[in-house]
Amino acid sequence: MTDATGRTATPVLSLRDLTVEIPTRHGVLRPVDAVSWDVEAGEILGVVGESGAGKSMTGNAVIGLLDPPARIAGGEVLLEGERIDNLPLQKMRRIRGKRIGMVFQDPLTSLNPLLTVGEQLTETITRHLDVSDDAARTRAVRGLDEVGIPAAKDRLGAYPHEFSGGMRQRVVIALALCAEPTLLIADEPTTALDVSVQAQITALLKRLCRERGMAAMLVTHDMGVIAETADRVAVMYAGRLAEIGPVAEIVGSPRHPYTDGLMASTPAASAGQARLRQIPGAMPRLTRMPDGCAFHPRCPRVQDKCRHDPGPVVGKADYRAACWFPIEAGEDAA
Amino acid sequence: MLAYIIRRVLQSVLVLLVVGLVAFSMFRFVGDPIEQLLGQERTVQDVERLREALGLNDPFIMQYASFLGRAVQGDFGISYRQSRPVAEILAERAPATLELALVSGLLALGLGIALGVFTAIRRDGWAANIIMSASLIGVSLPTFLIGILLIYVFGVQLRWLPTFGRGEVVDLGWWTTGFLTTSGLKSLILPAITLGLFQMTLIMRLVRSEMLEVLRQDYIRFARARGLSARAVNFRHALKNTMIPVITVTGLQLGAIIAFAIITETVFQWPGVGLLFINAVQFVDIPVMAAYLMLISVMFVLINLLVDILYVWVDPRLRVEGRHS
Repeated sequence: MTDATGRTATPVLSLRDLTVEIPTRHGVLRPVDAVSWDVEAGEILGVVGESGAGKSMTGNAVIGLLDPPARIAGGEVLLEGERIDNLPLQKMRRIRGKRIGMVFQDPLTSLNPLLTVGEQLTETITRHLDVSDDAARTRAVRGLDEVGIPAAKDRLGAYPHEFSGGMRQRVVIALALCAEPTLLIADEPTTALDVSVQAQITALLKRLCRERGMAAMLVTHDMGVIAETADRVAVMYAGRLAEIGPVAEIVGSPRHPYTDGLMASTPAASAGQARLRQIPGAMPRLTRMPDGCAFHPRCPRVQDKCRHDPGPVVGKADYRAACWFPIEAGEDAA
Repeated sequence: MLAYIIRRVLQSVLVLLVVGLVAFSMFRFVGDPIEQLLGQERTVQDVERLREALGLNDPFIMQYASFLGRAVQGDFGISYRQSRPVAEILAERAPATLELALVSGLLALGLGIALGVFTAIRRDGWAANIIMSASLIGVSLPTFLIGILLIYVFGVQLRWLPTFGRGEVVDLGWWTTGFLTTSGLKSLILPAITLGLFQMTLIMRLVRSEMLEVLRQDYIRFARARGLSARAVNFRHALKNTMIPVITVTGLQLGAIIAFAIITETVFQWPGVGLLFINAVQFVDIPVMAAYLMLISVMFVLINLLVDILYVWVDPRLRVEGRHS
């Protein structure tokens, strides 16, 4: 993205070779391995991959909420150009909620059952913004209103159990955004919801990002959600970035064989096909990572080279794939 | 909410009726009270007159009803040993026990919650580990042994604190208090620690394990992700969610503090109702025993009622259920 003067603006979020490690008795595991990407203001980056690919772990690393013993072992996290991965806890607490908002998967368990929605909103607002209690309440009402809670003013005194699942996720989103962060990390925000509600929440997230010019990292395993919502897509496999690029390119003409397999196994992306293709085998365990490219034991295009060296990064500025033999445009992969 | 309370009160009354029956049946188990009341030189006429006067010729149910009727009015009969109204003796003794129970209850609750939260937050710290190990002593040592050890160390060896009794008390007419004199306060320390130590360690270990469980919940993670301060996360969000089980156990334990004061009061010769009860048992002073039993059950029932009301106050989800059922 370029600003009015033609210079490239600082991305809201930059990951530079971010690496997360978990020391165990069986050696050091690397659930996130040298991942790099940028998210610009107003842009939604979809992060996809199978369970255990390191998507959520990346999100947690950005906001500094890795569960010990997991820790950031290398690389940098830059928020609006400022390095935040090595900040002391006190300073990080001022960034969480204020500059980075986070939404979790399960709205039923994300809210404290003993506090009213209004109490949880105002405590977050007064924590980050220098406003009076009255102003905080006004903001809380506006926040609920914005995420589409009807009669927001009367709902401040309601407890979480008095809301439905979809409404609770709206409350969670209002909570994550009430201090107007510049970056939103949404970790599977629709997975626990009804299909009919999923679309509403997805649309809501998209609208809020557009309106506020907020950058968002949308972690999901649902390609449908990605196709509808994201501007760009990052595909993760076994802790590594397999491919990243504009959503149309990734969905329409993937170049990494893993992405290609992923698309072919997704109903929406392969409409008209008689049977869904599946990728043989399973993602390697972190304790038994193969040499070379992590995907090579399952890859239809595997050659000797892939077994020893991880793939090179190919592509242009806004598009990258880590593969020795990427699928070329017009080529039939399988 | 009101219906909920009324229902609980009715249940409490039922419990008290049953306890009253048990208390009353004690009179019949230990034989004919006339034998004890009249000496060797008695006539058949004397026996019959007294029997009639005491209502012992009435049917069982009638006797029970009149026992309950008098108990409700605070009349528990005359002590066999002291020949004074039991109610009067109890009123004299109750302040000592209640003050002791209050101090040890507050000690157990305050320290128990504080240490429980501390050991949960600093889970792997050395201080937390030492406290956890030390708490095993509190759980495993019997109360009388702790009392005797404390007396030996602080009373006999160091001579800092008195070893028995209540010290000087101030008589307020309807209540005697040891809170207002130095010797009264000093006398309270050892018995209060003895009585409260077990409860304190129990509450501490309970708070700790509940707290560890709650700290793993998603809403705590979300509270952290919203950048709330450590204090807000630990106390406002986590501690409040540990309160339901803690209130349950603490309520029962407060009842136990009053009931188990018997042992502590015996060790420290504390002039409370517990010591009164032990002496009553030795002399088969049935009216005192029955009244004590009733008193303790009223305490338990009241505390449980309070606990039930506290639940609803703490957890909004119960308010909805209460409305429906």
